[in-house]
Amino acid sequence: METAGVRLAPGLALIVSTRKGIFFLQPRSGRTGWQLSDPVFLGHIVNHAVLDPRDGRTLLAATRTGHLGPTVFRSRDAGGTWHEAVRPPAFDKAGPGEKPRVLSHTFWLSPGHVDEPDTWFAGSSPQALWTSADAGASWQSVRGFNDHPDYELRTEDPQAGTPDGPVLHSIQVDPRNAAHMYFGLSGGGVYESTDHGENWAPLNHGMASPNADPSTEGMETAYGDLAWKETGPQHDPHCVQIHPQYPDVLYQQNHCGIYRLVRPGTTWERIGRNMPRDVGDIGFVMGVHPRDPDTCWVIPMDGTSVWPRTSPGGKPAVYRTRDAGSGWERQDRGLPERGWYTVKRQCLSLDREDPVGVYFGTTSGEVWGSPDEGETWHCLAAHLPEIYAVEAGVAG
Amino acid sequence: MQVTIPQPLLSYTDQVDRVQAEGATLDELLHDLDRRYPGIRFRMINEQDEMRPHIIFFVGGVRTRNLDESLSGTSEVVILHALSGG
Repeated sequence: METAGVRLAPGLALIVSTRKGIFFLQPRSGRTGWQLSDPVFLGHIVNHAVLDPRDGRTLLAATRTGHLGPTVFRSRDAGGTWHEAVRPPAFDKAGPGEKPRVLSHTFWLSPGHVDEPDTWFAGSSPQALWTSADAGASWQSVRGFNDHPDYELRTEDPQAGTPDGPVLHSIQVDPRNAAHMYFGLSGGGVYESTDHGENWAPLNHGMASPNADPSTEGMETAYGDLAWKETGPQHDPHCVQIHPQYPDVLYQQNHCGIYRLVRPGTTWERIGRNMPRDVGDIGFVMGVHPRDPDTCWVIPMDGTSVWPRTSPGGKPAVYRTRDAGSGWERQDRGLPERGWYTVKRQCLSLDREDPVGVYFGTTSGEVWGSPDEGETWHCLAAHLPEIYAVEAGVAG
Repeated sequence: MQVTIPQPLLSYTDQVDRVQAEGATLDELLHDLDRRYPGIRFRMINEQDEMRPHIIFFVGGVRTRNLDESLSGTSEVVILHALSGG
């Protein structure tokens, strides 16, 4: 089955995944005059669509609809035509005595290492890791995590997760070493593998827990230690990013703050404590400067009371640090003075130009862009469906 | 046997809403349908061989949630999707 799409023109592109399909945004010249494409897969719920930076023409999209089961579509011609995966991510049929697992949706897509050009990874809900060695045509379970004896201990009760189901996200491959990977579990924490996914260990030391009661406040967990599962605290990383040029540097936006970790260290430092107190350091997204390991962007949200997840005080703003979190500057020039949208965890993306372009999408269907590292903001598109992901890339 | 395909799945059948498939049971018929239109079964039936909640099957005019439903004496299977969404 071939589905017609929209072919990207060569050059910079924003891949915008929404609750009702995929849209492309491309600038007419430079980073101005952004043109919005017609929708692709109109009506499909698209959790994530990603352009492969290794070839500039392979696009993968994790989709489902209100009625139909989850699948993955892929294009090898920059979006012109699409084919469904021959074998999309799916759990094994449960054997006798085994607990059946049913894939709700594929949530996250990550291209693999540059030396493995057809390798991709996917994260799903229920939380599981998948890999493809043929550019998304067929997907296999990463059994070192999905079938590990501690799987249930690590991933918690699916019914106790986030409202749309707990997700495996933020799959990050070390650019120096294809065998070295990280991912985040929205119900479980950050995990690391040094053997291409055969084995995984938690990497949560220093992270606060959303469910800690006062008696465990400040409790930190040991690297590789799962005992915390039995004592109550749980971890909810929202977005984890490895620095592309300095891969020992990791940034994380967590349910409980903004963190930075420099390997081989194993203790996350809460750099969000330096955010203004009336704004706080709760959010979903994390954007890391492609060249400077001390610069990143976050978009704070209201994590008080019942967690509205809108901008604190209804005043949207991006915050940037240029000194690894020692200080933060508010960047709201051009953004609405009042606004009540949410920016979901896959909705902030950066290009690699100089100065870096920063882009984000909102639940209210707007795409905002800054051509000057957040100094000024411009609305690039509006009136789209609820935005689930924005990915900047360069089409070949 | 004639199988009526619901609108969300017409992309698999080249927009044809009545197609042919064979099988002694509904399960066999859906596997045959998947051989003819690869990928269509998983959109309706999950990996635990359970019908997805918003897909409905009628065998000989009677709704069923049983994949082992016999198709003997039946000339038509109708697949519908629930009138839900937003």
